[in-house]
Amino acid sequence: MKKYNLPLSTSDIQSLHAGDYVLLSGKIHTARDAAHKLLVKSLESNEVLPFDLSETTIYYVGATPPKPGQVIGACGPTSSYRMDPFVEPLMNSGLKVMIGKGERSDEAKAAILRHNGLYLIVTGGIGALVSQRVHSSKIVLYPELGTEAIHELEVVDFPAIVAYDIFGNDLYTQQ
Amino acid sequence: MNITREDVIREVKKIVVDAACNLDPEMVRFLQLAKSKETAPLAKTILSEIIQNQEIARNQGIPMCQDTGVSVFFVELGNQVRLDFDLVEAINEATRLGYKEGFLRKSIVAHPIDRVNTKDNTPAVIHIKLVMGDTLHITFAPKGAGSENLSRMKMMTPAEGIEDVIAFVKETILLAGGKACPPLIVGIGIGGNFELAPLIAKEAIFRPLTDEATHPINRELEVRLMKEINELPVGAMGLGGVTTCLAVKVNSYPCHIASFPVAVNLQCHAARHKEITLGGNKHEEI
Ligand code: SF4
Repeated sequence: MKKYNLPLSTSDIQSLHAGDYVLLSGKIHTARDAAHKLLVKSLESNEVLPFDLSETTIYYVGATPPKPGQVIGACGPTSSYRMDPFVEPLMNSGLKVMIGKGERSDEAKAAILRHNGLYLIVTGGIGALVSQRVHSSKIVLYPELGTEAIHELEVVDFPAIVAYDIFGNDLYTQQ
Repeated sequence: MNITREDVIREVKKIVVDAACNLDPEMVRFLQLAKSKETAPLAKTILSEIIQNQEIARNQGIPMCQDTGVSVFFVELGNQVRLDFDLVEAINEATRLGYKEGFLRKSIVAHPIDRVNTKDNTPAVIHIKLVMGDTLHITFAPKGAGSENLSRMKMMTPAEGIEDVIAFVKETILLAGGKACPPLIVGIGIGGNFELAPLIAKEAIFRPLTDEATHPINRELEVRLMKEINELPVGAMGLGGVTTCLAVKVNSYPCHIASFPVAVNLQCHAARHKEITLGGNKHEEI
């Protein structure tokens, strides 16, 4: 098990291989279906985002609402394939690392490889466990989307597995 | 037997909140058993995470999964029960209150095209069956989209047989891969018609985990599929190993001479459901 600080540096990305189990600490941004649609629109109209895509990691999630006193509710990953059409435009704007769950389309996989990016996965359905690794959460973009708004999370020892590495390995087809 | 709207709302609200955080102990036992049999290291780690997750959920009252689903209800209404209110409205009200007070995620949009969130997880999907007796039995199951989206239905032809059903089920599991959050419970409905096959497949998911089909053909399908699905290259979260499914349940219904509907409803490892019985002489929670 390897520990890394976020954002992952180029040499971190080069050191990781499909199947590596990692614990990540630092800032990530959440986005799922609706936020991705808006993000691509914002990028097309050259709007300035409140965060730099090349300096962050996108996590596909829509959490349950926190109870009073909690930082966040259950926040496991959502299926990544629904975000596949947005991979190319976001990576063109600097995004390198995405976290979600499940296999992706050949097009998305090829785009990630071409941009020397990384696709990490979290075990699906472990939202309570992941919530314990989130130390702060705030909405930074599209608040009108509610649970789907882009949140900035501060995570500590966030558990992830490398699914696609920069060498073209795919954990789903490897076994 | 008189049951009031308040009884229904109070008791249904309880199981709505409870189901999200407290996984059925039998399901936990099946997960632990699967972990002890698993040989692939990554799959073992994943099963540990899943088991640890439900413990945290139970102890801290956090939903085990953020997808707290479509609210599905199976209702069995006894013929001697008297209701002087709208049962569907009461169940929806309980859903609304449960999702709010339980801090569950509201995941329902009012129309599939313009997709505006109803903000309270209603309307629920409610199936009502009339039965004999003086009780009202309600099963609640929050059904996440991950596994639901990868479920499939096919109108096969009568010329096809058991091998074709097995092939269709296995193809469905392979296509779902890691996206349906395996280990799965696989509910299969064969026969009936276009709408009934998926319904009995869904009912199959909520049969007790140790329950065995009484019809010999259904039982043969359960036994063979349990073995053959776990030989597929899927495994826990699609990352290999021998734990693709924890249980296979097959329900059947007579069908037309020209028909052979088959439905496969996938249930992820967050197999949440709770039941309650109202009326009779007591209010009993299972
Ligand atoms: S498929 Fe099940 S475990 Fe996976 S995210 Fe959806 S509800 Fe949760």
